[in-house]
Amino acid sequence: MIRESMLHADDSCFRQVVPAGDYFIHTVLKGQTVRILDLAGNQAADTLFYSASNPTERYSAIDTIREQGNVYLTTGTMLLSSEGNPMLEIVADTCGRHDTLGGACATESNTVRYGLHTQCMHACRDSWMLAVAEHADMGLSKRDITHNINFFMNVPVTPEGGLTFADGISDAGKYVELEAKMDVIVLISNCPQLNNPCNAYNPTPIEVLVWNP
Amino acid sequence: MAKMLYENRMPGGTHWSLEMKQGTTLKLIDQEGGANVGMLFYNPQNPLERYNAPDTLKCQHTFKLTQGHCLYSDMGRIFCSIVDDTVGWHDTVGGNLSKAKLREKWQERTYQEARNDWTLSGTDSFLVELAKYGLGKKDLAANLNLFSKLVVAEDGALQFVEGNSQAGDAISLRFEMDTLVVFHTCPHPMNPAPAYPKKPVIYQLWQADPVTADDECMNACAENQRGFQNNERYLAGCHTGACCS
Ligand SMILES: [Zn+2]
Repeated sequence: MIRESMLHADDSCFRQVVPAGDYFIHTVLKGQTVRILDLAGNQAADTLFYSASNPTERYSAIDTIREQGNVYLTTGTMLLSSEGNPMLEIVADTCGRHDTLGGACATESNTVRYGLHTQCMHACRDSWMLAVAEHADMGLSKRDITHNINFFMNVPVTPEGGLTFADGISDAGKYVELEAKMDVIVLISNCPQLNNPCNAYNPTPIEVLVWNP
Repeated sequence: MAKMLYENRMPGGTHWSLEMKQGTTLKLIDQEGGANVGMLFYNPQNPLERYNAPDTLKCQHTFKLTQGHCLYSDMGRIFCSIVDDTVGWHDTVGGNLSKAKLREKWQERTYQEARNDWTLSGTDSFLVELAKYGLGKKDLAANLNLFSKLVVAEDGALQFVEGNSQAGDAISLRFEMDTLVVFHTCPHPMNPAPAYPKKPVIYQLWQADPVTADDECMNACAENQRGFQNNERYLAGCHTGACCS
């Protein structure tokens, strides 16, 4: 559901542009609102969330979609943890639909999807691995890399059980905004994917903004 | 001719785990109809390699799992292929029955009250089995729900389909690499049954027929052909080194 935000960028307490192929890791406190902004359009922001006090508790795609009874994420969706607790709520969304079934690109799965020649190309999971390695204080490792949200991606399921990768429904300036229900670590890979027609083979920067309550 | 090595029966609401060798087949049979098998896969050599539901679905452009599909790890390899299936639709996005969900949906029967007729959650079942291998909560991933069917409407609404699997329905998984299989027979978390369903499952271990050039699973799509190539490359390194001796 499309809902615009009342928040103004000038009032934010934090903002950072994340180039394609880079990661973003930051703790957002309970009550704060975080916006992920698609600066140039049709960019995928592959995002994981962890409880900051106990990262073993983390975003769960399967629990989230089952409990809301819908496979797509948009305004009103409560993102649930692996313990069934509310982590963040999507409070504004100018895109209308986000994917959480498709997972993230990895060098290994790229060889399956796009061909063995893609083995050495940069992928989302590499960005996450580097993030957890460079932020050892966060207490994360590959064991914690699980199923993510692909903000701005459109992956429709057909009633016959097919999964399709449709062209993006995002555009320059579209955003999604989430209010934190607990202190959360936000870990984003701004996808470097050069093989997917969804982004016209052109990965672009995103921006992350945070507001105090 | 393929040869059956072993057979056992799992009552409903129980759990087990086993290591399947490359070239063996695990056949699961829904004895009474309406069964659910929650299942996860790991590489016994490196349990950080585990079943990846999103990769499995997107590599094969499918939301359902059935004969001809392969079940992928997060490392671009195939744990096993679905070489036979009389059901037609198995779920891998509905997740697992938590203890909280069990209490909310169904009357919980404790072991103290009900002994072996207690009601166990899928999550506790997985955690017990995973602990045998030094694994835990961090290793839980989106699981398979064999014999269960979830459909998605145009607007994305998810629905559990009752009566998907009948008595005698079966699925056969042929293992393409050595795999730790962790499974339980606890109900699907979206099953609307009024009482906790306890559905038994028979499992059989078979020696698999060799994979031939015209293999249905390998040739189902170009992605699966590349997945098999990744396995070949992995096994080449593995079998010449010490890791799979
Ligand atoms: Zn990516």
